[in-house]
Amino acid sequence: MGTVFSIEIRDPGDWTKAIDDVVRWLHFVDATFSTYRADSAISRIDRGELRVADANPYVAEVLDLCARMQHVTGGYFTSVVGGRLDPSGLVKGWSIERASMLLREHGSTNHAVNGGGDMQLAGESSPGQPWTVGIADPHDRSRVLSTVSGRDMAVATSGVTERGAHIVEPFTGRAATDLGAVSVVGTSLTGVDAYATAATAMGSGALVWLESVHGIEGLVVGSDGTVARTAGWGRAPASGCHATHRG
Amino acid sequence: MRRIILAIVSTVASLVLVLSFKTHSPSAVATPPAAVSSTGTSAGTSGSGSSSTGSSSGSSSSSSKKPTSSSSKTYTGDAAMTRYGPVQVQVTVKSGAVTSVAATDYPMNDPRDAQINSYAIPQLNSAAAAAGDANIDMVSGATYTSEGYLSSLQSALDKAGL
Repeated sequence: MGTVFSIEIRDPGDWTKAIDDVVRWLHFVDATFSTYRADSAISRIDRGELRVADANPYVAEVLDLCARMQHVTGGYFTSVVGGRLDPSGLVKGWSIERASMLLREHGSTNHAVNGGGDMQLAGESSPGQPWTVGIADPHDRSRVLSTVSGRDMAVATSGVTERGAHIVEPFTGRAATDLGAVSVVGTSLTGVDAYATAATAMGSGALVWLESVHGIEGLVVGSDGTVARTAGWGRAPASGCHATHRG
Repeated sequence: MRRIILAIVSTVASLVLVLSFKTHSPSAVATPPAAVSSTGTSAGTSGSGSSSTGSSSGSSSSSSKKPTSSSSKTYTGDAAMTRYGPVQVQVTVKSGAVTSVAATDYPMNDPRDAQINSYAIPQLNSAAAAAGDANIDMVSGATYTSEGYLSSLQSALDKAGL
């Protein structure tokens, strides 16, 4: 499995160098963290051939973040899948957020980095115009359930996908099927992406838990199509973004 | 086969790249094996050659000088065989930037390939178009991208010279 990344820079100028750096970064992340590659640091650590302390420092950073997310989500987020080390659930959001930081270091303040429907959005889509993200209806992809607009925000959606469940309830090892999808909006894609994954695994407890997490808002679509939102989804959360519900 | 397209268009720089990142984490257990095994069958038909596992490495190519023609051109990738049937992807390029990606052929019993990656492509995506809301920049949704889709997309990007 793979996914498609896209990067859009909305600032005027020549961003060749910045984009080259981002591409190099994403390839580095792929080579280091892919569980598909037998020679990746993660695969070697999993086989006991490499110590975390001897690996690239980013590995320790990611595993620390995984541990923190596991704690914050009460164990619903986990980096051990089927007995194997697999931090993929955090790596995508983290690498996208860092790619956005890299673009900022190059001077870009208005851009989007999108990896398979999870995105970190910087600044505005055009002068005076905030970014607007549609939340796809998991049961009808041609329909947008809700939109979220804002500046400097992150949006991630997790859930049952085209080929059925792909989130595992870590305590039972069974596929999480209560929910169709969970979308989370906040400022940091690292957290937002992991929260969306964890909330999907939680099932019916997702909404209450999302309410309890500071700085994020969530939209939960049940497997029966019911839509529930955190109280702040319709208002401007602390991050400066606001969401509207439609349809 | 991880290749990149890159384009600079006056005030907008956009890039699309295919990487072997897994989507949300705990898929290893729950994903039907069928979805993974389709890679083996698609490898041979991939326009870009070796796509064996989806984690293949390759050179990245990028270029900042693109023709500045303002007319759109479409490029169709080679069909990639999957266990469900062929998948074929078409990209539309304008002024050196990808403006849309669509599946022109996909297995009838797996029609979602038609829309899946519209989520990853900003601006022009089916959900936004269906909603009739031109203000939607992107769509967030849980995605699964088949190896067949990726290899045909890569082939189309190769043909576009991006």
